[in-house]
Amino acid sequence: MTVALATSLGDDALILGQRLAEWCGHAPTLEVDLALANIGLDLLGQAQFFLGAAGAAEGQGRDADTLAYRRREDEFRNCLLVEQPNGDFARTIARQFLFSTWQALLFPDLAQSAAPAIAAIAQKAAKEVAYHARFAAEWVVRLGDGTSESHRRMADGLAWCWRFTDELFMDDTAKFRPEWDSHINATLTQAGLATPKPVRGITGGRHGRHTEHLGHILSALQYLQRVYPDATW
Amino acid sequence: MTNALPLWEVFVRAKNGLAHKHVGSVHAADPRMALEAARDVYTRRMEGVSLWVLPSASIIASDPGESPSLFDPAEDKIYRHPTFYIVPDNIKHI
Amino acid sequence: MYTVSLSPETDLHIVAADDTQRNAVFEAKVADDQFIEPKDWMPDAYRKTLIRQISQHAHSEIVGMLPEGNWLTRAPSLRRKAILLAKIQDECGHGLYLYSAAETLGISRDDMTEALHQGRAKYSTIFNYPTLTWADMGAIGWLVDGAAILNQVPLQRTSYGPYARAMVRICKEESFHQRQGYESMMVLAQGTEGQRRMAQDALNRWWWPSLMMFGPPDDQSPNSAQSMRWRIKRDSNDALRQKFVDVTVPQAQALGLTIPDPDLKWNETRNAYDYGAIDWAEFHAVVRGEGPVAKERLAARIDAWESNAWVRDAALAHEAKRSQRKAA
Repeated sequence: MTVALATSLGDDALILGQRLAEWCGHAPTLEVDLALANIGLDLLGQAQFFLGAAGAAEGQGRDADTLAYRRREDEFRNCLLVEQPNGDFARTIARQFLFSTWQALLFPDLAQSAAPAIAAIAQKAAKEVAYHARFAAEWVVRLGDGTSESHRRMADGLAWCWRFTDELFMDDTAKFRPEWDSHINATLTQAGLATPKPVRGITGGRHGRHTEHLGHILSALQYLQRVYPDATW
Repeated sequence: MTNALPLWEVFVRAKNGLAHKHVGSVHAADPRMALEAARDVYTRRMEGVSLWVLPSASIIASDPGESPSLFDPAEDKIYRHPTFYIVPDNIKHI
Repeated sequence: MYTVSLSPETDLHIVAADDTQRNAVFEAKVADDQFIEPKDWMPDAYRKTLIRQISQHAHSEIVGMLPEGNWLTRAPSLRRKAILLAKIQDECGHGLYLYSAAETLGISRDDMTEALHQGRAKYSTIFNYPTLTWADMGAIGWLVDGAAILNQVPLQRTSYGPYARAMVRICKEESFHQRQGYESMMVLAQGTEGQRRMAQDALNRWWWPSLMMFGPPDDQSPNSAQSMRWRIKRDSNDALRQKFVDVTVPQAQALGLTIPDPDLKWNETRNAYDYGAIDWAEFHAVVRGEGPVAKERLAARIDAWESNAWVRDAALAHEAKRSQRKAA
């Protein structure tokens, strides 16, 4: 139970952190470059803690790095949303907005109810993700309300990501859906954006069945550890 | 070329009890964006507990050319400083 | 170290006659180790030299994010990835502090950015070399940041206040950059055969470009005297280069790596290392924009700026609407 939960939370953070690192040096302004790196660093920290907890709970001597660098793609348990390519800045913001809003509901709950190892991490991370959710929501409003081009791009970004949101609310997390919907809708209304129409949810990440993108992410992420299997870094 | 994002001056309070101090500037379209940029740029190493940002254009600065007339007249008002007054060494608590 | 002048300084004029008085006051202040602040009178040549030097330094920080960014998604451990991301982020911050300092001289960040993109402004030649292996991350931290620190530390007392303050902040933050690079090299040098080979190869490729970072030899550095008087530059190119060699050679020895210079040897009489001839033809070619990845670096910056113009436009448009709604 702890292993599965910590693995999925750790993989979410790792993969999204990896995606955000791709922006480094290429963001719309220097200030935004710093902001995305800060969010990425928060997520990398979460990945380290959650995967560390997963390894400890598993009790087979695997640490966070072993889990991050030595598992196959079908052993990863992140949601499909976080592995989506950055696309343009609007899609990156859409992905962050949908995901961080979910994390911001989940983490305070985990801090109260989860196993101690997870609760402690969630408590610390709750502050980080509250900031990420707010930062992303503000950009949704700027881009939705800004120009006709930014409005179109923001709507496209949301449409791209929307397919992958059902997966966030499976099993234990289903209870967060109504509150998540109301947060999302409030921001979209403020941004002058329509809530995307319901679409058939695409799922599978939590069971190890991913999109085409994850393999490419891992081929970069794990490259050195695979080429130099005996090395430490 | 597009219009430039306005410039904002950033002030950080290092800890409660200290005044906000000017640390630099950021470019941002709106106040919230300026505040978040200031947070990401100037407080990455726990440098602050509070931030001010304000549009650079709103700062009224004195002109160095005016400095002699603004600041030099204070020079000879030495009676404003405690060292101007002679009190014998044996007088305490004063 | 991005303060070596790389462009001709033909636009520096003689001080106009009616400014003689103010110039004398200015020169006296600088000679007296006082700081010049943004609204103080300053000679045109001083302003222009500063804008060129500070913006060149800023551009170097920003372009310098790219060679390291090349390995961000491939960093070999979560710890190394976080360190690298934090370091590159610092470089972005340092570019930003420097643009801020330059903006106090009456030029906008966008104007400086445009000058970079149009090839009118230079940046350090070192960033036009490719990062081919993970060991390059260690070598850059150790050698490139090491060289930068030698030049930046004295600039904390440079004559222009905003520049000096930016340098104080930068030096403070950069203190971890070189250390993490050396630590990373140490792990490689003590690692497997493959890692040791990687480390030596990185030193082989980065050594000479690092020496070139200090700029042309003193006898070919015409404006140095004026810049030294103005405290925009505090040590000569050759003096800094010698200092770099002297401190770096023992560090390489401690790693068990060989510096790729057969002429390198300790000189008892000079109490310093003699080193081989630098290929200045290569340096000048890279300054001209003929570095191996010069086109890639500039193209990446131009793309980041242009393909995201709609984001900046959107933020401005939103704020305009918001202010209007607030006023209504």
